[in-house]
Amino acid sequence: MLGSGLDDLYQEVVMDHGSNPRNMNRLNDPDSTAHGFNPFCGDIVDVDLILNREGNDIEIISDIGFHGKGCAISLASASMMTEAVEGQSVNQANKIFADFHSMVTNKNVSLDNYNNLGDLEVLSGVANYPTRIKCALLGWHTLIAALKRDTNTVKTE
Amino acid sequence: MSKVFDVNKIRQDFPILDRTINGNNLAYLDNASSSQKPRDVIQCLVDYYENYNSNVHRGVHTLSMEATDLYESARGKVSNFLGATDPNTVVWTRGATEAINLVAFSWGFKNIGAGDAIVVSQMEHHSNLVTWQLVATRQKAELRVVPLTENQTLDMESLADSIDEKVKLVSICHASNSVGSINPVKEIARKAHEVGAKILIDGAQSVPHMPVNVIDLDCDFLAFSGHKMLAPMGIGVLYAKQEILESMEPFMRGGDMVLEVWNDKATWNSIPNKFEAGTPNVADAIGLGAAIDYLTEIGMDNIRAHEIELTDYALQKFNQFEELDVYGPTDTSIRGGILPFHSEYVHPHDIGTILDQEGIAIRTGHHCTMPLMRSLGISATARASFYIYNTFDEIDRLVDAIEHTLRYFSTGKK
Repeated sequence: MLGSGLDDLYQEVVMDHGSNPRNMNRLNDPDSTAHGFNPFCGDIVDVDLILNREGNDIEIISDIGFHGKGCAISLASASMMTEAVEGQSVNQANKIFADFHSMVTNKNVSLDNYNNLGDLEVLSGVANYPTRIKCALLGWHTLIAALKRDTNTVKTE
Repeated sequence: MSKVFDVNKIRQDFPILDRTINGNNLAYLDNASSSQKPRDVIQCLVDYYENYNSNVHRGVHTLSMEATDLYESARGKVSNFLGATDPNTVVWTRGATEAINLVAFSWGFKNIGAGDAIVVSQMEHHSNLVTWQLVATRQKAELRVVPLTENQTLDMESLADSIDEKVKLVSICHASNSVGSINPVKEIARKAHEVGAKILIDGAQSVPHMPVNVIDLDCDFLAFSGHKMLAPMGIGVLYAKQEILESMEPFMRGGDMVLEVWNDKATWNSIPNKFEAGTPNVADAIGLGAAIDYLTEIGMDNIRAHEIELTDYALQKFNQFEELDVYGPTDTSIRGGILPFHSEYVHPHDIGTILDQEGIAIRTGHHCTMPLMRSLGISATARASFYIYNTFDEIDRLVDAIEHTLRYFSTGKK
């Protein structure tokens, strides 16, 4: 154990996703792809999406893969993100992002205020480490760019 | 005569070292980014603003004369510190970056043309690379980047091959901020001069840490920053040979850099004022003078010797970490007090966060050397860097904390 409140940041689930990220693979023939870069640390992430339209013309993320180099926080966050949004509609993915963004940037908001996060709540400790918020958000900003089919490099600045 | 180097006594001169961070005593190991300030320097700023503050080179009133005297006397201290023969060869800038840009704009655009070449190395800070990219692109000149050897020292054979008669400038760091290597700049200056090229030495990581003599090195330009050598942020220096400064056009236009002005034209003040448009950073220049007094009192040879001891000790301690790659030469006679390391199991930012919880300040990231990181096949390192007030005890704490971090991350690993 690390002590000094660090266990709050590096929770077991975070460490697990950080060292063994899920969906860490490029997709063949993705419908959209985006590239993210954190100039503060040089970390990079790519997000690939397969998007399908279902009844009522709702767009669904039917497959997601990511690849990148980063710290435990950025890899864990991207890994958990892929699990959270796979199979979700684009609208729901945007709602999850809004809640996640709020959670990691506001340390004084109770987790009770968020309805869309599930397991992602283990990353709430990031809010106490301002220099690490960008790490947690890099994959997410890249996902949002991929959803908008924005091919410009996503920066965390 | 070399004086007794007493690190505990030195530490008492730095108020910030009394701070605790997350409940632990601060171990400040981020000196390559910026150094801490001794009480003498802080007090010097207070004294200036309480007793002498006014604009320089202007009024006939007492305060203006006194401020001017203090300001110009600081320039003299820099000149003596560098072994220069004339204080007018010392130009104040905001820092090393501005000094390099000054050379690029005032000298580079005039003296480097189509088909000419500029030589830099793979270990340059962005400030000494991106600036020359601009000159090379605009002037249609070639930018040659000398590669490094396996232990991140300059590849001297490639350097020799790169310096031919097309080269107009060799711009190279004296010591690398990222991997610590100290370059044989005196030899490089000789090679540059053999083909008629000028040499600019980026001294940001050498001037604070070791004796640097511009006459001995025979450098045409030397750039460095005050804040890495106990002085305030926002003051730096460009040294250049007198005849070169005389031949250069001004960098910025404004007050104080002119001699006579008409509606449609102006003539330039003499050096160094020609390069110092506008109200200068008087207080911080005087602060740099105070920092130089402090460093001189301790002795630059003693400072270098202390940092070699610390670096030898740290390198030897780091041998225990098989999982860590440590960059830079192991021979501390050609290495500054800079210790960059990388583990494939723990990202530098995770290391940095965990060390911070223990009160240990290091730098993590690409250190403004992205091409160097790319050549090493990594995106970032963690970097400890030492200065006069660091101790063996702080290195022990660093080593313990890294050991702790590696253990935690390896047990978390599947």
